[in-house]
Amino acid sequence: MAKKLLKGNEAIAEAAVRAGLQAYFGYPITPQTELLEYLARRMPDLQRTFLQAESEVAAINMVYGAACTGQRVMTSSSSPGISLMMEGLSYIAGSEVPCVLVDVMRGGPGLGNIAPAQGDYHQIVKGGGHGDFRMIVLAPATVQEAVDLTGLAFDLADKYLMVSVVLLDGSLGQMMEPAELPPLRDPARPEPEWALTGARGRAKRVVTSIHLVPEDEEVFNQKLQAKYAAIKAAEVRYHEYQTDDADLIVVGFGTAGRVAQTAVKQARALGLKVGLHRPLTLFPFPEQRLADLAQRARAFLVVEMNAGQMVEDVRLAVNGRAPVKFYGRMGGVVPLPDEVLEQIKQLAETVGHTPHHSPVSCLPLDGAIA
Amino acid sequence: MQIEIIISGFGGQGALFAGQILAYAAMDSGRHVTWIPSYGPEMRGGTAHCTVVIADDEIGSPLVRYPAAVIAMNQPSLDKYEPLVASGGVLVVNASLTTRRPERSDLRRVAIPANAVAEELGNVRLANIVLTGALLAATGALPVEAVEQALAAHLPERHRHLLGANSQALRRGAALAAAVTA
Repeated sequence: MAKKLLKGNEAIAEAAVRAGLQAYFGYPITPQTELLEYLARRMPDLQRTFLQAESEVAAINMVYGAACTGQRVMTSSSSPGISLMMEGLSYIAGSEVPCVLVDVMRGGPGLGNIAPAQGDYHQIVKGGGHGDFRMIVLAPATVQEAVDLTGLAFDLADKYLMVSVVLLDGSLGQMMEPAELPPLRDPARPEPEWALTGARGRAKRVVTSIHLVPEDEEVFNQKLQAKYAAIKAAEVRYHEYQTDDADLIVVGFGTAGRVAQTAVKQARALGLKVGLHRPLTLFPFPEQRLADLAQRARAFLVVEMNAGQMVEDVRLAVNGRAPVKFYGRMGGVVPLPDEVLEQIKQLAETVGHTPHHSPVSCLPLDGAIA
Repeated sequence: MQIEIIISGFGGQGALFAGQILAYAAMDSGRHVTWIPSYGPEMRGGTAHCTVVIADDEIGSPLVRYPAAVIAMNQPSLDKYEPLVASGGVLVVNASLTTRRPERSDLRRVAIPANAVAEELGNVRLANIVLTGALLAATGALPVEAVEQALAAHLPERHRHLLGANSQALRRGAALAAAVTA
């Protein structure tokens, strides 16, 4: 199929439609509004549900209710609106029903501004809602990835009965880039055995997040944790550029990772052995791959559009085998390639004369801590 | 090969549209391209700019500090971007709405009275297309024909009656750029 020039927000909306989205509930907020606006036109044409709720709190609870029927459902918002949804997301996680959430991040905290940012990493990846739950988090950096990962988000939500999040910043939502859309999938699907569709003629089903007996709640939590472990084992995805022989590894997700790739290319032209690791899944996080890269790399540089959030997960994965430096811009400021190149040069200078491996990094990685 | 272009002007001058037409033309020519607008709580008469990156290979950053080419459609845009154009790059200036000539001698400078030219062509709103034609001639980023074809293929139905005028504006801008160096 031919490529089309698509705006990130609209590309995600159309990708969701093609993945079989049956019902969308949302509330407008910049820089995400084109997504909602697009679906306001598109969904009624297909006799599917589009509903502009009275607030984000209402929208996520409508998503919760609709998800209980086994249909493909979605909402989208931007950072402050996502904060309002956190209670509902915890309930959805505790009820094990599937849905997709799109967060087009903007500058914060508070009302902040409408410029691109990545300050929601902790909120989305670590769970801003209460209780021990995780959400699958996919982080596109291009419009094509936004299309592809939106389709994947629905499939993973259904597979694991949980919330899948597409996490991007406002600049990707506003950017136009050629991308290829998948064919329109038939939204008709067999009814899941847990779906609440009216109990006439069959035994009743229960979807709930209440387990009043602590031992029962613990058993349920163990089931969730087993599910998250299975996801960590099976669903890690990332993009790499020139990491094969790299001494320095730059890590960034979404737009920050993409900007960093240009800096890595420029650093290569200067003869520096630099590579880029860009996680596509933030949960599950590519921790094993980063640990493997740390066996060879002398140092890591993490670039984010926040005060340093994902860098904590990189440090856990690298586990002291190499220094992990951070460079971030905040408040809606996007780092530019020349800034990242300067950081790479400084890091190369710092580690250039140190031994290739510290003694601790000579330990075999697999099995050493068994 | 990669070229980064910033098109900047007042809101309503068509800076974002000019960038989109370049993006369509680049895509239809099989090139990689990104188009990213400035966005904010803005209104007609405020400032608006977009960044277009056109490349033969995968594009990393869609944003740059030092673009290879700039179209400055008004005085604030000239003041802001003249210092930022990469050395050896191209600076296209709308002489109709600027009070000074571009100063840097390490750039290919093209000053065109785009509003006046567009008015001669019958519609002052073609000034952005005149400047785009000048940019194409000065940079060789894309053939003028590729942009003409993109206009024909992607211009919304309600604007299709302007296709001929747009072609004229592109070609006039390209011809002036070939002749004029500020």
